[in-house]
Amino acid sequence: MNRSVERTPMVEVPSNAIIPERDLGKMPVLDIRHLGIDFGGLTAVDDFNLTVGRTEIAGLIGPNGAGKTTVFNMLTNVYQPTRGSILVDGNATQGKSTDQVVKMGIARTFQNIRLFGSMSVMDNVKIGMHTHIRYNLFDSIFHTPRYHKGEKLSRARVLELLDVFGMADMANHVAGSLPYGAQRRLEIVRALATEPKIILLDEPAAGMNPSETAELMNNIRTMRDEFKISVMLIEHDMNLVMGICEGICVLNYGRIIAKGTPEEIMSNPEVIEAYLGKKGA
Amino acid sequence: MKLKKATVNKLITYLMVIGMFTAIYILNEGGYLSRQLQKMLVPICINIILAISLNITVGFLGELTLGHAAFMSVGAYSGCLFSIAMKETLPMAARFPLAMLVGGLVAAVFGILVGIPVLRLRGDYLAIVTLAFGEIIRNVILNIDFFGGASGLKGTPRDSTFLIAAIVVLITMFVAMNLQSSRHGRAIMAIRDNRIAAESAGINLTYYKLLAFVLAAFFAGVAGVLYGHNLASITPDKFDYNRSIEILVVVVLGGLGSVRGAIIAAIIMYILPEYLRFMKDYRMLIYSIVLILMMLLNSSPAAIAIKTRIREALSGVFKKSKKTAINGKGGSEA
Amino acid sequence: MGTITKLLESLLSGLSLGSIYALIALGYTMVYGIAKMLNFAHGDIIMAGAFSIIVFTATCGLPPIVAILLGIVFCMLLGVTVEFLAYRPLRKASPLAVLITAIGVSYLLQNVAQLLFGTSDTEFPISVGNSALALGSVSVKYSVLLTVAVTGAIMIILTLFISKSRTGKAMRAVSEDKDAAELMGINVNRTISVTFAIGSALAAVAGLFYGMAYHYVGATTGAMPGIKAFVAAVFGGIGSIPGAMLGGILLGIIEKLAQTYISTELSDAIVFGVLILVLIVKPTGLLGKKISEKV
Repeated sequence: MNRSVERTPMVEVPSNAIIPERDLGKMPVLDIRHLGIDFGGLTAVDDFNLTVGRTEIAGLIGPNGAGKTTVFNMLTNVYQPTRGSILVDGNATQGKSTDQVVKMGIARTFQNIRLFGSMSVMDNVKIGMHTHIRYNLFDSIFHTPRYHKGEKLSRARVLELLDVFGMADMANHVAGSLPYGAQRRLEIVRALATEPKIILLDEPAAGMNPSETAELMNNIRTMRDEFKISVMLIEHDMNLVMGICEGICVLNYGRIIAKGTPEEIMSNPEVIEAYLGKKGA
Repeated sequence: MKLKKATVNKLITYLMVIGMFTAIYILNEGGYLSRQLQKMLVPICINIILAISLNITVGFLGELTLGHAAFMSVGAYSGCLFSIAMKETLPMAARFPLAMLVGGLVAAVFGILVGIPVLRLRGDYLAIVTLAFGEIIRNVILNIDFFGGASGLKGTPRDSTFLIAAIVVLITMFVAMNLQSSRHGRAIMAIRDNRIAAESAGINLTYYKLLAFVLAAFFAGVAGVLYGHNLASITPDKFDYNRSIEILVVVVLGGLGSVRGAIIAAIIMYILPEYLRFMKDYRMLIYSIVLILMMLLNSSPAAIAIKTRIREALSGVFKKSKKTAINGKGGSEA
Repeated sequence: MGTITKLLESLLSGLSLGSIYALIALGYTMVYGIAKMLNFAHGDIIMAGAFSIIVFTATCGLPPIVAILLGIVFCMLLGVTVEFLAYRPLRKASPLAVLITAIGVSYLLQNVAQLLFGTSDTEFPISVGNSALALGSVSVKYSVLLTVAVTGAIMIILTLFISKSRTGKAMRAVSEDKDAAELMGINVNRTISVTFAIGSALAAVAGLFYGMAYHYVGATTGAMPGIKAFVAAVFGGIGSIPGAMLGGILLGIIEKLAQTYISTELSDAIVFGVLILVLIVKPTGLLGKKISEKV
């Protein structure tokens, strides 16, 4: 895909955007303002501001315990934020349950893999498609023609999605018995099946070897290009982060310490300090 | 045409049950069954229905409940009261199916009532709350004169026949197995496998948990109606937590989530104590020892490891012999 | 009888009944805390305790105090044996498999008792009589006083044991994290055995008080108090030792108050109803730890 088309001169510069020169369209997909959460008086994340544009791949990095996964948990309302607001395509997620947030267009994967282990790869992805399979309880119980039609359509769609991650031939495997890397990719496919506007990937390359990681990077780009979705990812593998993220946000002790392009982040002294500790200390 | 594995599995289950029911029906009509066996037919069907329905909550949804007999009692009492009231008004052919519907629906309403705390509780806390619900219902029925109190409700027409019970078994199977391979069933099983991931796939936990509870309660209620119309009189003590536990034992032995397993286990666990009668006083003792041994053999990691080793050894022998057979064939050709 | 007297008397009998529940609930909660299993057969240990005391006094003709001590030892051995034979092989199996096995053990104990002692109830030989201590207008049975005093003493000793002794510390470590405890050199199997032994000893004491309070013991005697104590343990927050004590005593008091002021027949329904309400408001019981799943 021609990236230069997307990087036409800016129309409007939202102050929170990682890359100001980027065309964000009329409205960012994800607009996070002053987000914060306290756990029993302890502030885990505070004043988190970020916007993610359409089809942008954004990276969220930071040392262990910086609050990265907590941000994801707030974005999906697994944790209810204490402060701030989250807008998905202009709609606030406040007070919504996790499944409603998914319907609004935020899908995610988990750091500690959470698959439906006893079910087939096919069924795992079909569950991701749950809200888009159109038949009702009556059809479910009596296996009406509408049921058969719905299942047939979803089956085809699942194979299509699995193919993006090179997993179409594993459709009948039991999810829990897949190799680690495949389980991670299956989680992404399942999230993709919810037809999100933005997909949150929590350490997608954890436990993968370099060649698997390289393939994953291609998969993520293809996914973004084919489905026109935004991606926000947490990752410790700097090759992956610097390789595919267009904008990066660095979190330390629950606060954003830097935002910018990969080049800017790599040369930012505060980031280097957060990762490597104070020089000469 | 290549059939999917799941479809084949379903077909086997249907063929097994229909074949068995037809054989029993023919034997029964021909008068070949002993009185003892005849009396057991409807109760076995009731046990199968209870096991399949409990499997929806314990096996599909993965929530431990210890109050299934309470849904059965609610169904039994409401269905029997309906039949007693309609004894003169409606013919049996209309009255009995309606009674089952009434019993099932009333039980389903109680399923929602019990399901609500389920939304907040999990695991052992849920188990104890369902047990408590069951005991409350039994206690309340016991103390309302309208229901006949401790001496029970009498005068229900004896409408249950093996044929009707068998048909209800087939309907229950049909619903449970169809559900399993539908988007609704998948959503319920997804909650079992990983609650948080299910929610993050857009599944509304409240709706699907309640759905599982309501369906399970409905069929337990229908089983209760069959039960009441088989005995003509019902007493609250038949629906205590021990009964719930008996059903749970069947579901666990049959294999969680397996409809076929539940059916086989329901039959065995009903017949076993009956056929142990010759051991008189030792009957229940043997039963409990068999139960413990079955659990140890089925679930202990050591026993499972030994079983896999034996299976591997056997398949190794099998493969070897197959290989030699092929080689032998090749040899003869050469 | 004055209203105050009536209230005090029902509170006291509730305290006595609650003490029995608390003793049983402690066994449930300790085993749950450490082995993460619901020992459904725990209630039947009460029955075993009561019957063993009957055998040691009536059949062997031993003095009551010796019979009681032997009964406690018998229950400890029984609890440890059951754990070793039926639960230990299933340590890594699903909780449901262990639960069903425990149900099997419960059936087994009940049926063995029925074979040995028949289907009709047996009279319990130890009694402190019906004499009562008069405190103003309130009369308190000596059996009630004894039950409450002994239970109180046991609870203090148990709390000290768990917080101070080496074994107690090992028990707490195992209940926090079995694998980590093992890495720290704690013998997990031995710790679990000790827990079963203590739980069963408490159940034997509960069996003694039950026998003294109701005078007759049958094969299924332990079932209902067992279930109630299970409810008490959950009520207080399963896994929590003070929770089991509090839950047991509250349950006994609620039951007696309901019997006095509302209805004897519906008292069980009321007890269970209160449990459900408490759990809906506080899903992990009164003193239970809040469990939050890490995402």
